[in-house]
Amino acid sequence: MFTIISRIIYYGFKNFQRNNWLSVTTIIIMVLALIVFNSLVVFQFITASAINSIENKIDITAYFKPTTSEDEILSIKSALGDLPQVKDIYYISRDQALSNFEAQHQNDQTIIQALNEIGTNPLEASLEIKAKNPSQYGEIASYLDNPSISQYIDTVSYAQNQSIIDRLIKIISTINQLGLIITIVLALTATLVVFNTIRLAIYSNRDEISIMRVVGASNILTRGPYIIEGIIYGIISAIISIFLVWPLLYFISPYLNTFIPNLNIMSYFWGNFLILLSYQLIFGIILGAFSSFIAVQKYLKN
Amino acid sequence: MINFQNVSKNYDGLVALKDVDFKIEAQEFVSIAGKSGAGKSTIVKLLTSEEKPTKGRIFFKNIEVNKIKNSALPYYRRHIGVIFQDFRLLQYKTAAENVAFALEASGWKQKDINELVPQALDMVGVYNRANAFPYQLSGGEKQRVAIARAMVNHPEIIIADEPTGNLDPYNTWEIIKLLLKINELGTTILLATHDKEIINSLNKRVITLEEGRIIRDEPNGKYILA
Repeated sequence: MFTIISRIIYYGFKNFQRNNWLSVTTIIIMVLALIVFNSLVVFQFITASAINSIENKIDITAYFKPTTSEDEILSIKSALGDLPQVKDIYYISRDQALSNFEAQHQNDQTIIQALNEIGTNPLEASLEIKAKNPSQYGEIASYLDNPSISQYIDTVSYAQNQSIIDRLIKIISTINQLGLIITIVLALTATLVVFNTIRLAIYSNRDEISIMRVVGASNILTRGPYIIEGIIYGIISAIISIFLVWPLLYFISPYLNTFIPNLNIMSYFWGNFLILLSYQLIFGIILGAFSSFIAVQKYLKN
Repeated sequence: MINFQNVSKNYDGLVALKDVDFKIEAQEFVSIAGKSGAGKSTIVKLLTSEEKPTKGRIFFKNIEVNKIKNSALPYYRRHIGVIFQDFRLLQYKTAAENVAFALEASGWKQKDINELVPQALDMVGVYNRANAFPYQLSGGEKQRVAIARAMVNHPEIIIADEPTGNLDPYNTWEIIKLLLKINELGTTILLATHDKEIINSLNKRVITLEEGRIIRDEPNGKYILA
């Protein structure tokens, strides 16, 4: 058994080396497919962070009437905190709202002067609520509409922003669905192209396979080297493609940043380098080995 | 050793062999003569089990060839060596590796392979071409390598299907001499050919086929067609 395995591996490498023209073309196709695969992973990451940054900007704020005491607001806060839809709640007291306001407008003398002339704090205390999912703001808003709470509330920001929030939610879910469809279609196409390339490579070897059969080689000995070759294609292609994607990302990274300021694609790339590489290795090796296995099968019939 | 019992073979209604019935004993040298399309190659393919008969039974010793399962075929084929008109060498392997492959297929140890391959190449006279690839070899050299491959694991029978069809007269005789030598060493030879001169000079048993039927089977036969 050991002799067979070592012979299979030896001939896998030998075939790869002697079939060099065919090997190079197959690897080029596979590299292209893996770059597509790679781009899809990165694309998923980019849309996810774009969506995330939009989602983080959406919130719902309830402004309380000045007569409401802090205790009442805090009890409402803890009641809200029990809702399953709520992710975070920040309480902003009247004093804090004032100092935030002052800090924001510290260079605007007219506003600061106007504030001083009023003498009292005109701002209201508020609760800033973030939902776990953007589609849940409606439910939170209707909860705030409940008379036991709404009696303390002056305004809720949701009512003002509702149409924008709804539209954003729609855009986000469309991007998600579209991204998924594109990913599936492109990944499938890349897989089929590679599969077909390997099939053609083995088709050109069909005489070799039939000769091996006539000489009395077992199916394992006949097929094994081709599977090893497929695995070698996968490994080499994975390594080449990841080192092609690196400068590519480096080049597009500044353009992406103008759209999504917080996105650092290079640090994502290096942070996930091993994961990306192993994804590609797994994808490449399985695809290479499986394609060879299926393609040779056809010529082992007699 | 080989026994064809009333074998017929049709290809999509076309009759290739009709009620063919013969026996070959161990260590015989038998020629199968006939025009192209008479059924010579069909007999070879039935023996190597590349094709199955439409009717009848084929025995190799006590193995019923037409009933061998696909998975058992490789083991059966290790008992027979085959030589073809178009050589059928593995083009990505050197001469030595081609010969070695037959031994590797049968699971020989590397140590034995390293010993046997040079011997076989030497016997057929292409020892100095061991590291050449098939495309670097002449037709005569290719066929010698193919013979080395066919005989290297000492099969009980060597089947040669028009082995000289692509060769010049000089190489033709060299190949025939090699087959005779292998036969003298105890291996059964089945030679399918349409070459009149070869058959007439061999003075061995000749089975003559015409349109898929045996029309003559003589111990010291000549090439005679109706």
